[in-house]
Amino acid sequence: MKILSVLAATVFALAVWQAIVSLTGLPKFILPGPALVAETWWQNRWVIAEHTWITAVEVVIGLALGTVLGVITALQLANSRAARVLVQPMLVFTQALPVFALAPLLTLWLGYGLWSKVAMAVLIIYFPITSSFFDGLMRTPPGYLDLARTMQASPRAVLWHIRIPAALPSLASGMRLAAVYAPIGAVIGEWVGSSQGLGYLMLLANGRAKTDLMFAAMLTLGVFSILLHLIIRRATARMAGEAA
Amino acid sequence: MTQAPDLTISGSATIDGAPLFAPLTLTLGAGQWTCLLGGSGVGKTTVLRLIAGLETGAAFAGQITASDAQPVPSRVAYMAQDDLLLPWATVAQNVSLGARLRGEKPDLARRDRLIERMRLQDHLNKKPGELSGGQRQRVALARTLMEDRPIVLLDEPFSALDARTRADMQDLAAEALAGRTVLLVTHDPAEAARLGQSIMVMTAQGLTPCDPPSAPAPRHVDDLETLETQGALLRLLREAA
Repeated sequence: MKILSVLAATVFALAVWQAIVSLTGLPKFILPGPALVAETWWQNRWVIAEHTWITAVEVVIGLALGTVLGVITALQLANSRAARVLVQPMLVFTQALPVFALAPLLTLWLGYGLWSKVAMAVLIIYFPITSSFFDGLMRTPPGYLDLARTMQASPRAVLWHIRIPAALPSLASGMRLAAVYAPIGAVIGEWVGSSQGLGYLMLLANGRAKTDLMFAAMLTLGVFSILLHLIIRRATARMAGEAA
Repeated sequence: MTQAPDLTISGSATIDGAPLFAPLTLTLGAGQWTCLLGGSGVGKTTVLRLIAGLETGAAFAGQITASDAQPVPSRVAYMAQDDLLLPWATVAQNVSLGARLRGEKPDLARRDRLIERMRLQDHLNKKPGELSGGQRQRVALARTLMEDRPIVLLDEPFSALDARTRADMQDLAAEALAGRTVLLVTHDPAEAARLGQSIMVMTAQGLTPCDPPSAPAPRHVDDLETLETQGALLRLLREAA
């Protein structure tokens, strides 16, 4: 049923796309039709696969690092008033900076390779992970804390046995958000400076008016992001307290 | 469990300078059930939380003492209206939560005995979400007993249950907690009349003692004297309002 509805929506989107192409008669370097994009995708499948692999590696490393850093930061913030006073405003301020503006700087610092893209992905997901987990840690149902207090629990035990488990659903929603953001970060990094990855391929194709290849790469990125989101969703189902 | 002490709380409480309850003295008899009956907002939960050493948001001027002069908060077990079961932990884990939080090794044999006593042995590895309201309160009671404290503080633990389950739980709790110094905070005159070995009605003016029925607690739900007491308590509550 669910697969059927996804299929139906896809067919509908393709039909709308084709209709726009046919009705407007736009040249294919402006708007290629679905058939042409599919053909280009098939012809370039190995090239696309190679670049997808590069982007995927950046995204997965970025996700892992960003999650670990975010979790550690949230725990520090939750545990220490000093950390909240000193670090929290800085976190909010960094969110006010457009991550895009940092991309050239990261390329300057970390070079053209993998790590500047990983850093972009980390930067873009660090805040959603930190703030969602931190919120969860600070919103432990007060009754649990009362109970723990009457049981003479140490703050450490309360954190470990009550506050962290109670915050896992919040962390799960942060991670799901991160799964959508991380590819954006990596691709921005690739746009600013790289010689491989889907972002690079899109820019290259665009510059050479190979709009069909640009579309093929973009759709690949979209499908990759959705798959990643679904995988993270499945992986965090237990954390979120849903029946897996 | 160590010998259950007498417990006395005397003093007054204010919230932001406004009086919450007037100076009062409440004595919980050793090994007895004391029912503190009152309407919403008279501060009866605050009294219980003060004894438990929990945050109340009120400023308390007075003292809480045990007859054996030992500290109180470290000797209480607490049970609230919300069963406070951890949804991610199994029934067995919830029952032995206290030991885990103190970093002690739980007495598993004792845990299993208590779970059996609460007729929960078929639910050992279930999560609280799979249980009924009555079963969940039985887990909470097992967890309270597992703590094996001489003082037990009950904050309307049965008020969210349906009438039949509530009566069952009252019987079970009365039997299981016998011999401990119990404070039951409730707004239900019937509950106070069934369970109280000492009954206090709390109003904004202070505490009014009310003679408990002569039958031993838990009293039958249709015991005449118990029903009379229930009526008298309700009258006291209404007069105070």
